[in-house]
Amino acid sequence: MALEDICSFKDTPGKWFSASSLEGTFSSFRTTDYNSFGLRRREKCETTRGAPLHFFIPNTAPFNHRPFPPANQSVKVRRPFPLSHGTTTLGFIFQGGVIAAADTRASAGGLVACPAVHKITPIHSHLVVTSSGSGADCMLWERILTREIRLYQLRYRRRLSILGTAKLLSFMLHPFKGTDVCVALTLCGWDKEAGNADCENRSQASSFLTGDSSSSAVSTQGVTAMTCSASPIGGPKLIYVCSDGARLQGDVISVGSGSPYAYGILDSGLKWSLSKEESISLARQAVFRATHRDAYSGNNVDLFHITAQGWKQRQREDLKEEYYRDLERRDRKQ
Amino acid sequence: MEYLVGIQGKDFVLVAADNVAASSIIQMKHDYDKMFKLSEKILLLCVGEAGDTVQFAEYIQKNVQLYKMRNGYELSPAAAANFTRKNLADYLRSRTPYHVNLLLAGYDDTDGPGLFYMDYLSSLAKAPFAAHGYGAFLTLSILDRYYKPDLTREEAVDLLKKCIEELNKRFIMNLPSFTVRLIDKEGIHDLEKLTHGAK
Repeated sequence: MALEDICSFKDTPGKWFSASSLEGTFSSFRTTDYNSFGLRRREKCETTRGAPLHFFIPNTAPFNHRPFPPANQSVKVRRPFPLSHGTTTLGFIFQGGVIAAADTRASAGGLVACPAVHKITPIHSHLVVTSSGSGADCMLWERILTREIRLYQLRYRRRLSILGTAKLLSFMLHPFKGTDVCVALTLCGWDKEAGNADCENRSQASSFLTGDSSSSAVSTQGVTAMTCSASPIGGPKLIYVCSDGARLQGDVISVGSGSPYAYGILDSGLKWSLSKEESISLARQAVFRATHRDAYSGNNVDLFHITAQGWKQRQREDLKEEYYRDLERRDRKQ
Repeated sequence: MEYLVGIQGKDFVLVAADNVAASSIIQMKHDYDKMFKLSEKILLLCVGEAGDTVQFAEYIQKNVQLYKMRNGYELSPAAAANFTRKNLADYLRSRTPYHVNLLLAGYDDTDGPGLFYMDYLSSLAKAPFAAHGYGAFLTLSILDRYYKPDLTREEAVDLLKKCIEELNKRFIMNLPSFTVRLIDKEGIHDLEKLTHGAK
């Protein structure tokens, strides 16, 4: 198919077969092998051999929103089930760092394809990423991101900031917007403070140029006292990046079909001043409640805690423990 | 779902945008800033499809800055608006059009204040006041009724408050807070956020 690529021959097999039904009109198609089929049809098309011109249909790419991906993909694979973010992942920032939590169920339509999946993946010592959407896409893009971050570190001898990582990922995903790539990642990490005057000028200059006051908007909101350490340089960071192109920095982010349920628990129970144990228990509660109501989330819960010293993973816990704890709590209350 | 509004006075432009970043039915952020600073006296307000807004607005922002670095002086608001429109138009009939609705507000030292309305089909109109979003249906009539070309700053802020009151009263979506900025010959000033009752 190399010649096909050079000729930018954008055609689908479907068209080839329907063309053969017009055999009477065009000259006979004697197709020997698949490779030359395209080229041969092209020749025939150019001449038409006396057939009426309106049978010669040039191939124009359909231009509704975003049609086809790169030209060398000739067949689109039909999906066996509609894609949705069947998961519950969440992350939040508190005084003791960042907590990232997720369930472990991979669903394929109504089937539990795998009950023990890792939805939280470390990228480097101070960054983990929670994934939601298509499992294969997320796995691939996490590897691509890890590679790019490592390359950056080797080339420039410093680690790319989390905001920079998010921007890089967002720009890498942009060409695939409108295709079936379905990736919704939350980057949870801790930026090392580079802490010198150079950095201060840089942060001032960058916010001047970009007018990107999302980080400073976080710090000017007096709604909660969550914003103390969410400074432009250094400290805990939580950024949501999606294959649609969205890139949002925040203090509480939950993604997936179970996210509305998780938000319910997080919004009511979350305070900046929580201790580490309280916040871990809150995260676990939130995932549990979401998996209780959402069919596409369940099985176990993974928890990561990220601080200035790096990430620490808690042992994976089956959610039925949380269920029995909840039952006990109810019995005791009664 | 998103709302942008701009009001031009005698020697200033007042702009406001809501602060909600939503994903289907969830408000993912309550303090999201939809204004992009193109230069000292030009703001670009951008709403539309999720990734397109930031990608396009940052692209325009960097190009305006590049022009300044290359040529030593800044693009005027009218020039920046036409540049933006040209880019939208070029992408419109490509395979990757940008679905964004924009308001560009700026102050030119020679021409004075200017407000430019652009939509995703790359139309461009200089207008004394403009709005984008479903909220525009509710507020354009208020702007039509009470606008005067020689509004003072206080009167413009009052007019803006009238618009936002109407949204809070009749618009189906809850837009709790709005970022408000004013551009005049001194530059861009942040005004107090307009919030609705409880946080």
